[in-house]
Amino acid sequence: MTNAELTEETLARETDAAKTGDTGTPGTGRASDVRRIAGMNEEGEQLSEINPAGSPLAGASAKAHSHGGGAGIPDSSRAGRLTSYHTADFLAITGREEDWRFTPLKRLRGLDKVTLNGAAPVIEVSKPDDVRVQSVDRSDGRIGTAGIPEDRVSAAAWEAFTEATVVTIPADFVADSEDQVTTLTLTGAGTAPAASHLLVHAERNSSAVVVLDHRGSAVVSENVEIVVDDGARLTVVSIQDWADGAVHASSQQIKVGRDAKIKHVVINLGGDLVRITPSARFAGPGGDVEMYGLYFADAGQHFEQRLFVDHAVPNCKSRVTYKGALQGQDAHSVWVGDVLIRKEAEGTDTYEMNRNLILTQGARADSVPNLEIETGLILGAGHASATGRFDDEQLFYLQTRGIPEDVARRLVVRGFLNEIIQQIKVPALEERLRDAVERELKAGAL
Amino acid sequence: MSTLEIKDLHVSIETEQGRKPILKGVSLTINTGETHAIMGPNGSGKSTLASTIAGHPRYLVDSGSITLDGEDVLKMSVDQRARAGVFLAMQYPVEIPGVTMTNFLRTAKTAIDGTAPKLRTWTKDVKAAMAELRIEPEFAERNVNEGFSGGEKKRHEILQLELFGPKFAILDETDSGLDVDALKVVSEGVNRASEGGNLGTVLITHYTRILRYIRPDFVHVFVDGRIAEEGGPELADRLEDEGYDRFLPTVAAQA
Repeated sequence: MTNAELTEETLARETDAAKTGDTGTPGTGRASDVRRIAGMNEEGEQLSEINPAGSPLAGASAKAHSHGGGAGIPDSSRAGRLTSYHTADFLAITGREEDWRFTPLKRLRGLDKVTLNGAAPVIEVSKPDDVRVQSVDRSDGRIGTAGIPEDRVSAAAWEAFTEATVVTIPADFVADSEDQVTTLTLTGAGTAPAASHLLVHAERNSSAVVVLDHRGSAVVSENVEIVVDDGARLTVVSIQDWADGAVHASSQQIKVGRDAKIKHVVINLGGDLVRITPSARFAGPGGDVEMYGLYFADAGQHFEQRLFVDHAVPNCKSRVTYKGALQGQDAHSVWVGDVLIRKEAEGTDTYEMNRNLILTQGARADSVPNLEIETGLILGAGHASATGRFDDEQLFYLQTRGIPEDVARRLVVRGFLNEIIQQIKVPALEERLRDAVERELKAGAL
Repeated sequence: MSTLEIKDLHVSIETEQGRKPILKGVSLTINTGETHAIMGPNGSGKSTLASTIAGHPRYLVDSGSITLDGEDVLKMSVDQRARAGVFLAMQYPVEIPGVTMTNFLRTAKTAIDGTAPKLRTWTKDVKAAMAELRIEPEFAERNVNEGFSGGEKKRHEILQLELFGPKFAILDETDSGLDVDALKVVSEGVNRASEGGNLGTVLITHYTRILRYIRPDFVHVFVDGRIAEEGGPELADRLEDEGYDRFLPTVAAQA
């Protein structure tokens, strides 16, 4: 459990006990408990200074109704997680929290502890003429549109950023060829802990691809807001191809409008510790979220991906497919997929899947799919997780067909990861990723 | 003509109880153009012989030799053996997630021949061979053996036999788990591959029914890691009537 939730839990119990004389039996309805506490009914928003409680930006889509965590097991519902713009609202991270239990905190290089005043990554832009990319200061009204920080490291970046980059895809603009891809290359500006803030806004009925290409050396906490207005179709590809030793936490909050579609792709290849936490929320019915992820962890690398799809609106669809390959001593991947179907989200159709392929001894993949369903009136909800080893029998089979060991290994890994790569639909980028996979395989060959 | 020669082969495996001998002196000579049936009760070492020829690391050769036209097969890696012309159709073909049949077949063909097959004729050959084995075209885009039924897996093993064109094929219980129709289709595939006399076939089977479709030139009966009896196709007919009982000491004692 997070400490923030612990605090809230304690408060709720106390109130409950005071009112009823009961000692607060675990397992009773937490939702009503929480609502009795002044200022805690929509906990995240109440703490917000940027979005007042009445603002549509603050609440409806972000936290339609909050349950707190289930009594007894406060961490049992993702809906109960604290959100706040202030680091101080989150207790110090100990590593015992559900949210942080897999993360090697020492390797965060202070992102959870210090003021993030290092130089933010330098951004270079390549874009079609109609797409606008602006650098704005933190008072810009568009900032805070998509969501509220969900953890301490994200809040730290929120407090510390001085300048944000806003990408706007104008209404009805349609990027229909590869040279109309918008690419932001973010090059690390050093290893002093830094904060970074990006906002990608696809206006009504636009259609575009935006690539966030992270490179170089950095210790950075980043907030990415992704706002997809009604009827828009947006693909965001976030590539983490950092130099060795880089540390990157990225909270990517997505708000999907009515009949809008987001395809969100996370590619983790380089860096010492990369932790990507995408959250998608629907602002109107008919929304469609596709989340893809690919990671290739080498010896010593920690790649963590924790996603959340919050179905709080009827008739929305989500598909999550993450695949990872791991090789080398202490290569570690973490995938946690939280999907919540709230009571009001009738007609939801969701499926999430994670597959890992462990290529050598000494690597570890953690995979935790969580599906919470509060209504039975849905089209479908499912999850799957499998972690397999490239095993001796597969190798033997391919070798009996004349295929040498190194080719066999490449064949299997390429095939395994290609399912994700081919979803990107930007040929140059697909090519780059296939090359990257080849490089990883060559580096891993002993 | 090529010759695969197995001489006084002793093979064991490591078990928790220590090393356990499986093959206890097997000698067998197979020439291209010949079909040898190896029959015998379960646990007699038939599949061990197949896996040992292919080079499965689990099987440890204690003594004896396997040569292909005089070349030491035991010194070759698994993939080298395949490239030298030895093909093993497995009893339990392995699933390879993420690799499509098309990609796999082309990669293997390229590895075996040393050059990539000409795309147009290759695609045509694959399609034709699939049709002959009654394999639906959509299998080309499915992952190798993934979610295939037992019969579909066996057909795909024979598909590979036909496409790769080896000198020697070891078919390890290819008939097990096949219904009559599938057995016929698979047998026809093996017979097509043998046409022209450039393939030597080792047909490992527990049952005689496949021998109605594939006529062996020689029949060898395996019992307890040795060849207990050898003969022509008439030996198979006799086994059909009598079973393996007369080779099994415990049963013999009871009788």
